[in-house]
Amino acid sequence: MSNLEKYNEAFITTFEIGADQLEGLQYQDIPEWDSVGHMTLIAAMEDTFDIIMDTEDIIDFSSYEKGKEILSKDNYGVSF
Amino acid sequence: MDRIWDFSAQEPRIALRDDRGNTLTYEEMQYETDRLAAATGGRCLVFSLCRNEIGSIMGYAAFVNHGIVPLLLSSRLEDSLLRNLIDTYAPSYLWIPEDQSGRFADMEAVYSAHGYALMKTARQEAYPLNDALGLLLTTSGSTGSPKLVRQSYVNIIDNAQSIVKYLELDAEERPITTLPMNYTYGLSIINSHLLAGATILVTDKDFTQRGFWDFFREAGATSFGGVPYTYEMLDRMRFYRMELPSLRTMTQAGGKILPDIQEKFAKYAVENDKRFFVMYGACEATARMGYLPAEMALVKKGSVGIAIPGGRFRLIDGDEREITDPNVVGELIYEGKNVTLGYAECGADLNRGDECHGVLKTGDMAYFDEDGFFYISGRKKRFLKIFGNRVNLDEMERLIRGRFNVDAACTGIDDRLSIFTTEETLMKPIQEYAAAVTRLNPSAFRVIHIDEIPKNDSGKTLYSALEQYNGL
Repeated sequence: MSNLEKYNEAFITTFEIGADQLEGLQYQDIPEWDSVGHMTLIAAMEDTFDIIMDTEDIIDFSSYEKGKEILSKDNYGVSF
Repeated sequence: MDRIWDFSAQEPRIALRDDRGNTLTYEEMQYETDRLAAATGGRCLVFSLCRNEIGSIMGYAAFVNHGIVPLLLSSRLEDSLLRNLIDTYAPSYLWIPEDQSGRFADMEAVYSAHGYALMKTARQEAYPLNDALGLLLTTSGSTGSPKLVRQSYVNIIDNAQSIVKYLELDAEERPITTLPMNYTYGLSIINSHLLAGATILVTDKDFTQRGFWDFFREAGATSFGGVPYTYEMLDRMRFYRMELPSLRTMTQAGGKILPDIQEKFAKYAVENDKRFFVMYGACEATARMGYLPAEMALVKKGSVGIAIPGGRFRLIDGDEREITDPNVVGELIYEGKNVTLGYAECGADLNRGDECHGVLKTGDMAYFDEDGFFYISGRKKRFLKIFGNRVNLDEMERLIRGRFNVDAACTGIDDRLSIFTTEETLMKPIQEYAAAVTRLNPSAFRVIHIDEIPKNDSGKTLYSALEQYNGL
């Protein structure tokens, strides 16, 4: 599975949504992505890519697109 | 009746400040609350659809301070549940965020301020309100159950004074909102800090959002409150590494915190010159009943502490006899002036007087240690705390039966409610419905398919036979 597929899968499994809902998806757009869902998503990302995210990055992870940007940073090194 | 808060007596200071740069001084609070109260034309019932916004808090303060009885509800409460409450209690007005006025096209806006509008309902006849009645809150915050708790003016002032005393609050405090104001614990923070003349930092954002922390740092928040799940989230966010020099106090209520999380935050507080209070309360006691003094947070781990100033805890056994020995479990009884008047289940109940006389059977099983510190060991009643919100299991069963016309059984542990159904095709719809009706994250609800819901001979569900699933 490519990194993008793994990244998408984390969203799809955490929020039980379809792949067609991912693009443009933002925090609180759906009931599942509230503060509770957010921490579940972060845990899924950390497990998937075997990383530990910084607090600042956890609170910046505000959309599907923003998350990709964060994980692409040097300290996580996930390339999409 | 006396007012709860005398805004004119406070120092020239900001009472409410939001994350968009808006402020309301105590002087402006006095003016704005007088104007809004005048617009309602005297004592009546108002439904307040709440958000953590200046207009919402100002409206609440105006109503309570002027003998107008508000029922505080979430602005996200589902339409059908809200309409049901309106039919049951016949409020004269609604106080709503203006961006929701489309929901109430059948009502006329008669006044507006700070983004909120006073909507006149079509009700001609109102139910009589008992003189002591000051405020109404829902018992299970989220399911929109018509059962309300009736709080008196004495309840509100007494509990707020007690909180100011044991948390040593003064006008220098700047608490940041982290809990809904229609939730008894969130409201107690507002009540006590307005009494102390402090500046409340008002935001509807979550811990998990950058905007929350930017506001926290920029406005110099000195305290916040959280339910057990909040502290678990903060732990996973590695909160301990954040630079928060303005923070002085953290409080926890709304259920039993995990012992290792309690220990981590207590240690963090000790090492960083901050205070961490584990507390105990219920809507039926206005808000607060007990607290663990911050300096005991590590010594008495797992304890909900002692009764608040002016209150008293005792334990009774199955024969209602008082337990005087330490480490013996009994039902926890609380006595104090903050014990509320009782419940309301229909409009006529709003005229009922005090039915509790200062004594509350909490429904929690507890014991105390040799030093008189109390520990909660279990619960008598069938409810769970989901992310700090009380969810009644029987109520949830009724809702599911009503919606899907099938039998259901609910059990579970805090933050994890299990719903049993015999209909495999309904598993997903039931989970979605449970989340929608409670406005809680769907991950809290597990739907489990079983061939048959176990019952005894008289047709009552055998929950003991379902408990094996709770640990899964």
